[in-house]
Amino acid sequence: MITIDNVNIRLGEFDLREIDLSIEKNEFFILMGPTGAGKTVLLEAIAGLIRVDRGRIVVGGRDVTGLPPEKRGVSIVYQDYSLFPHLTVRDNITYGLHFHRMPKDEANKRLDRLVDELDLAHLLNRLPTNLSGGENQRVALARALIVSPQVLLLDEPLSALDPGFREELRRGLKGLHEHTDATFLMVTHDFSEALSLADRAAVMDGGMIKQVGEMKEIFQRPESAFVADFVGMKNLFTASFHGTKAAVDGLEVELGRSPDNGHGYIAIRPEDVVLSKRKLYSSMRNSFRGTVTDVTDQGLYYEVSIAVEGVTFKSLITKSALFDLEIGEGSETYLSFKSTAIHTF
Amino acid sequence: MIKKEPFFWITVSCGLVIMAFILLPLIQMLTAPSLSMLKETIQDKDVVRSIWLSIYTAGLAALIAFLFGTPLAYLLARTNFRGKHLIESIIDLPIVIPHPVVGIAILSVAGKGHWLGQIFNELGIRIMGSVTGIVVVLTFVGLPFYVNAVKSGFESIPPRLENVSRSLGASMFGTFTRITFPLAWRSMLIGIIMCSARAISEFGAVVIVAYHPMIAPVLLYERFEGYGLRYSQPVAVWLVSVCLALFLILRVLTLRNAKSS
Repeated sequence: MITIDNVNIRLGEFDLREIDLSIEKNEFFILMGPTGAGKTVLLEAIAGLIRVDRGRIVVGGRDVTGLPPEKRGVSIVYQDYSLFPHLTVRDNITYGLHFHRMPKDEANKRLDRLVDELDLAHLLNRLPTNLSGGENQRVALARALIVSPQVLLLDEPLSALDPGFREELRRGLKGLHEHTDATFLMVTHDFSEALSLADRAAVMDGGMIKQVGEMKEIFQRPESAFVADFVGMKNLFTASFHGTKAAVDGLEVELGRSPDNGHGYIAIRPEDVVLSKRKLYSSMRNSFRGTVTDVTDQGLYYEVSIAVEGVTFKSLITKSALFDLEIGEGSETYLSFKSTAIHTF
Repeated sequence: MIKKEPFFWITVSCGLVIMAFILLPLIQMLTAPSLSMLKETIQDKDVVRSIWLSIYTAGLAALIAFLFGTPLAYLLARTNFRGKHLIESIIDLPIVIPHPVVGIAILSVAGKGHWLGQIFNELGIRIMGSVTGIVVVLTFVGLPFYVNAVKSGFESIPPRLENVSRSLGASMFGTFTRITFPLAWRSMLIGIIMCSARAISEFGAVVIVAYHPMIAPVLLYERFEGYGLRYSQPVAVWLVSVCLALFLILRVLTLRNAKSS
């Protein structure tokens, strides 16, 4: 559906380099990466709003690299909604129909379907300035979809919303994706969003794509230290490998296998690090005694830092576990993790 | 209540001094002529003609600034290119050049010694001592005010609105007429007010290019030179009143529309 073939963009101090990406028809694809990675630039290049210096962009089998934005069949929704402030909700939604000729009843049918699906009926005659963030973003989605685009680009559409609205609109997005033929390409840096919506994703950094694959695969098998760190692999250590063991500073970690693609890193997700008062005798092959150096409140969880012979592990535990284990700064605890929870790269 | 510091009273007294400095001469001038004198002045055909000429030439200058300045302001607001600062400085030049110098400069290209002046001459266009000349001068001095006001108006419209419009199928021109213009017209109106206000007050440059036909400031000067303060005051009162009334009407129109949208 979308093929991005060796695209290069120079923007003064910032470059996009050698972007290759292939997205299937009607896929929900996620683009992740830290601020300044070039996600929005890539989105705007697909929309035709930024000129490509080298490479090709193909949408629906048509090379659109040299086409102006209005000829591409690509709609875009921004984080800040970007509704036209001088037009009512109805005029905002139907804006694109001025440029797409169709019978009146077809236009009305499209409007009714979107208004119904996004629950906008009571807002049609209002101006965008009087609406809440969630309402604004629903209008922006309806406006983008009424022209039946081949591709819908979403630039962090949920980031500016309150948590309640965000959850609601996330479900709305999923529904819209199921009911339309459009291919969705969304930028986000919220992993729960990405995991719940997307089939596949790409991680970008410094103007380059670092990894492309199934959501789960990126999460569980990051191919580089950057991706691991980015997706929340808090326990990321340099290691040297000996057979099925890895040495991290003075610490010996049992991998249960020989690392297949070792570049000298191991990573363990903090939620896979189990804390206990006494040494656990279980299937977990790695168990160490350490000292708690830091406890930080992260809302639903506490992040506990434990120093084991100079190596600091991070573990996520619940508030009740924190009390049960009597964990505080300076206390002693055991930490354990399965060898299968260790990622090597 | 918290006691105000001396610095607060310094700021207040400076403010009062400035208010008095601006308002006192104006009020004195406005109240000096008697009603009968004002009535007599407005029945003077020369006065009416000159005030009308002032309004009409300043309005034409603003119209020219609107037609040519709007695209340039859009370009400056939306693009970055090498030499943009130079262009912006050139646009500001008429603000800093002394007014008589503007008149001299315009005459230098309008005279027969210059190829441009020769072309004008062959086309039958006269700059020196003509309404055309007055409009040229007023456009020259008023243009920067229009371009700067409209440029900042365009800059305050997020480019993303235009991006969205394009992605929904509108061409560049369609986007400008449906999105950019409706959102920027108020700044254009302000630009027109600023430009014509500047133009209507011009004296130094006009008096060099066209003493006749007489615009209001030149007539004012002539009355002052010929008959003294007492006879120039009523003309001044009428000129100021007409200008203020016009600007007030425009201002009210813009504010009313601002509320409705």
